[in-house]
Amino acid sequence: MDRTLLAPPLPSSVATSSESFAKNRADMLDQLQVIDELLDEAEAGGGEKAMARMRSRGKLPVRERIANVLDPDTPFLEISALAGYDSDYTIGGGMVVGIGIIAGTECVILANDPSVLGGALTPYVLKKWNRALEIARDNHMPYVSFVESAGADLRVETGGGRKANTNHFAESGRFFYEMIELSKMDIPLVCVVFGSSTAGGAYQPGLSDYNIVVKDQSKIFLAGPPLVKMATGEESDDETLGGAKMHAEISGLGDYFAEDEMDALRLCREVVSHLNWRKPGPEPSLLGDDPIYDQEELLGLVSQDLRSPLDVRDVIARVVDGSRFEEFKTRYGPTLVCGWASIHGYPIGILGNNGVLHPEAAEKGAQFIQLCNQIDVPLVFLQNITGFMVGKDFEQAGIIKKGSQMLNAVSNSTVPHLTVIIGSSYGAGTYGMSGRAFGNRFTWLWPTAKVAVMGPKQIAGVMSMVRRGQAARKGIEFDEEEDAQIVAMVEEVQEKGSLALAATGAVSDDGIIDPRDTRTVLGICLSVVRNTPIEGADGYGVFRL
Amino acid sequence: MTHAQVMTTPFDSVLVANRGEIARRVFATARSMGMVCVAVFTDADADAAFVREADEAIRLATGYLDGDAIIGAAKLSGAQAVHPGYGFLSENANFARSVQAAGLIWVGPTPDIIATMGDKILAKEAALAAGLPVLDSYDTESLTGESTELIRFPVLVKAAAGGGGKGMRVVQSADQLDEAIASASREADKAFGDSRVFVERYVPRARHIEIQILGDAHGNLVHLGERECSIQRRHQKIIEESPSPVVSPELRQAMGNAALALASSLSYSSTGTVEFLLDEDSLTGDSITEGGAEFFFLEVNTRLQVEHPVTEAITGLDLVREQLQVAAGQQLNFDQSSIDFLGHAIEARLYAEDPANGFLPSAGTVDVFEPAETPALRWDVGIEQGSEVGVHFDPMLGKVIAHGPTRAEAAAQLARGLERLHLGGLTTNRDFLAATLRHPQFLAGATTTDFIERVNPTPLVSPDDVVFAAVAGALWMQGRRVADLEVLPRVPSGWRNSKLPMERTSLLLEDGLGDGLGDGRDQEPMEVRYRRNRDGSFSVRNSANDNTVSNAAISNAIIHAWSAEWIDIELDGLRRGVRVSHTARVSHTGSAASFLYVQTPSTTLRFRIEPRFVVPGADTDTSTLQDGGLVSPMPGSVLEVRVNPDDEVVAGQVLLVLEAMKMEHPVPAPRDGTVSQVLVEVGQQVELGLVLVEFE
Repeated sequence: MDRTLLAPPLPSSVATSSESFAKNRADMLDQLQVIDELLDEAEAGGGEKAMARMRSRGKLPVRERIANVLDPDTPFLEISALAGYDSDYTIGGGMVVGIGIIAGTECVILANDPSVLGGALTPYVLKKWNRALEIARDNHMPYVSFVESAGADLRVETGGGRKANTNHFAESGRFFYEMIELSKMDIPLVCVVFGSSTAGGAYQPGLSDYNIVVKDQSKIFLAGPPLVKMATGEESDDETLGGAKMHAEISGLGDYFAEDEMDALRLCREVVSHLNWRKPGPEPSLLGDDPIYDQEELLGLVSQDLRSPLDVRDVIARVVDGSRFEEFKTRYGPTLVCGWASIHGYPIGILGNNGVLHPEAAEKGAQFIQLCNQIDVPLVFLQNITGFMVGKDFEQAGIIKKGSQMLNAVSNSTVPHLTVIIGSSYGAGTYGMSGRAFGNRFTWLWPTAKVAVMGPKQIAGVMSMVRRGQAARKGIEFDEEEDAQIVAMVEEVQEKGSLALAATGAVSDDGIIDPRDTRTVLGICLSVVRNTPIEGADGYGVFRL
Repeated sequence: MTHAQVMTTPFDSVLVANRGEIARRVFATARSMGMVCVAVFTDADADAAFVREADEAIRLATGYLDGDAIIGAAKLSGAQAVHPGYGFLSENANFARSVQAAGLIWVGPTPDIIATMGDKILAKEAALAAGLPVLDSYDTESLTGESTELIRFPVLVKAAAGGGGKGMRVVQSADQLDEAIASASREADKAFGDSRVFVERYVPRARHIEIQILGDAHGNLVHLGERECSIQRRHQKIIEESPSPVVSPELRQAMGNAALALASSLSYSSTGTVEFLLDEDSLTGDSITEGGAEFFFLEVNTRLQVEHPVTEAITGLDLVREQLQVAAGQQLNFDQSSIDFLGHAIEARLYAEDPANGFLPSAGTVDVFEPAETPALRWDVGIEQGSEVGVHFDPMLGKVIAHGPTRAEAAAQLARGLERLHLGGLTTNRDFLAATLRHPQFLAGATTTDFIERVNPTPLVSPDDVVFAAVAGALWMQGRRVADLEVLPRVPSGWRNSKLPMERTSLLLEDGLGDGLGDGRDQEPMEVRYRRNRDGSFSVRNSANDNTVSNAAISNAIIHAWSAEWIDIELDGLRRGVRVSHTARVSHTGSAASFLYVQTPSTTLRFRIEPRFVVPGADTDTSTLQDGGLVSPMPGSVLEVRVNPDDEVVAGQVLLVLEAMKMEHPVPAPRDGTVSQVLVEVGQQVELGLVLVEFE
């Protein structure tokens, strides 16, 4: 593939020898070091003892299961690796979810980590499971599950602060409904039962298209021996109730009988290899050459406090093929940079923030999104947005109308959206730039990302003004000293809550990436989204003009 | 017939009644002379290079010894001349006569000369008559109990019609003589159809020196110096050189003159070789004062010799060209005085055989065969990548010839060329040859015929080289897979955004050393684990020194370049360009085996890539011996079966006798036991590793 976009490479405005670049880079590396250590924690799962106990029973740790099912030397893109950060749960939350290649086929893989609470369904497992289902459905990818779970986490929730009980059993089970939907959508579900899959969990193999059971390990039944004894008085044991041999030979729930775990992984690969998987999306149509600038330089572009300005073109120049970028409407609404490029040979449209969204910028964004939908080109959003511009002039210029136009275009766009939050992601700007809630296919964060309703300073400041107003109305003296303390505290709490790690710990994105991996991650996602046809929108909601 | 009456009979097509490297060798010259080249071949050779390269080829239904069929082939193709090569019918006077009777030109000496020289007793008489020194010999007919007391032992029992060491026995004392004569006689009968043997003085410390002669039908005769072919195993040459490190100009002249005297008495035409035994003890110490070097006539080979290229190298002549021109009746266009010897040439014969196992012939597929570009050597080979080497023919794969200004340089070049040869798929003597050429005793010129027993060169591969090769192989394989990726081809190898175990490749060192080291039967596979770093280098662990690979120290590997045949890799600071090949086979049991051939500084190592997954019940490890089964140690045919089912046998008892390369090989019981099944019968061809007998 030698064809490229005709646009020339972007110039670079990065002073790599500047003090600020060096500082940004050092700060970024510090943050990456923290993340790396957290990833080590995630890898350790339930810890050495639990891993050793698994090994002694001939079981492989969950990450070895995954490594062995993948085609050698192919990538694995883990989703929400740091789920559960800053919670009472083990980092990762007891389940590994990711996208990997099995027998040349991109698959969603989700695997219980039995070293963590026996693979119990922690809140993080539920959220990641939900996300795995969503990825499989949105991108139409085979769904491969490695099941070994103690079942529901029956421990009492001990949340802090005010208690709001909005979870009820009556609403549970949605996962099973969605699995059934996947199968109807011709998305094959392949399930390897490595251990317990009981009660509700038994429906995981029950609702999968292919089941692989492992000799002497799989245990699949609606009720175990104690419950059976309670219910009917029948004496039974694990093997006769739900062993691999029983299911392979008598019940027929097990389609493939594996001698051991490696054999199960072999069978899993064989099953995927017969799925006859074809991707309807177009293959790369352009040359996928590397950017002409060093991707290492992405480390020094963003300051940790997000205060020094960033030209998003410098990010684009280090991510896209040959650094080529054809900018659209350069001189109009310049706080939103729009244009065409390619990654790994896949054509894309890019929207990147170069400041707060003005009415013209929002209008331009809405137009650009429609252009990309017209020609079936996926969109990449590079978020560094503090929101839509406020103030009399902008309200009068229709910032709400223009902003809504952009939200309409984003919401009704049907080409795949990939979002990378490189800096701030505040308020409605998050929505306009296709944040998680606006139907993108993937959301990735740089370590410098901050996601919140508004900046910590603004929140603290607004709250201070409210207090001042209350004091004035009540006619009491305003305690400046106390206010300063509250402002500082609020700022700190808000700051902490807006950090990338807090967001990713809550599974509100797909994970934090090393900025140097931006091109690779987007390249993988652009390939993944091609498991569906790339088709632009035929119509939109009514634009408020 | 006087010489002047010889007519020139030019011809422009030649059939080579031979196969393999010598057929290609003759074709090369004949083609350069503008001739049409005709090959004959048997079914086993149907895909061989020499058949493809010929202008025409004719199938022989019954083999290369079927003279009538070969003459028929010449008629069919219109070939005007027949070149016999060496071996097969090259020294068969009756065949030469039949060729001539059919109106074809015979490329070689006259049938009468072939007949006379082919009979060692007659040849020895001719040599005596021409004044050549010969070894005392005794007619076996006249040997009785008493007369044996007159014999000076040790002696050598030789077949009258022999050659190539077949039917030869060294006898140290009188009481062994009868048995040696009997067995040599049997072997001679089998090999040559002539059971006559004779007994000759045996010189224990000797060199094999031969003089190349060349004559035409006009009476012109020259010698082309000597070749020393003392390095032999099983009485067959494996390294030959010219000049000999011990032959002085005076001795060369003396031996050359002796050879010419005999040739002249025979009116010899075409190429020939007069073989002498040079007594090592006559070269050293007091013997020189006693009259100098002592040499004895052995025999005359009335054909082109395997080792002719060393003479070609130092004389600049093309001996096949000379043969063809002489056969056409032309005169030699030079005389003795115009022959110069330039530099030193050494030839090594590459055999499919196992030096660590008594040089037993091996067989198999030549998975890889690629000489390095440097040093520039002459490769006369019959095989190519993919060739099958069977049990039907001599297991010589080819010859490598180095020519340098000095002996030391020629030896170094040749050793290097052998070491750099990318070769694998079957056991060969490559490493043994290289070790020989590098041995101080060889370099010192101490090359008597007992060299191999005396010196026993041992090839060695350093454990560090094995580790380097394993890492290079594993990372080359990684590059192979990444290059073949259809999904996400632009994503870096094994990219992760989180932590997963390293990639793993398990490699079982199988063979390639030719020294029995690492035959894979009692070894653990070596595990190489690696992970690509962000900068493109790889972090590598291996289990070579420590079986707990997860605790092994991390090495840093940098792939500077990768291609489908090669990897330029730096491992902890040491950078090498490494030739790598990968082959995959599916066995008859349906299991797939995948092999990596990795070049080290001294040889090619073969690693079996252990599959990540094992299909339960499938026999993937073909190298494992069947439990309780006795397997064939070599390819060959079953000569004798000495046990029946239910027989109780003791360790060491001969259970059956195999024949390979016309040698008998007893197969003993490895342990005490009861035979449950005999799986072969007399006359059956067996491959290496076939189960012959099963025990209870």
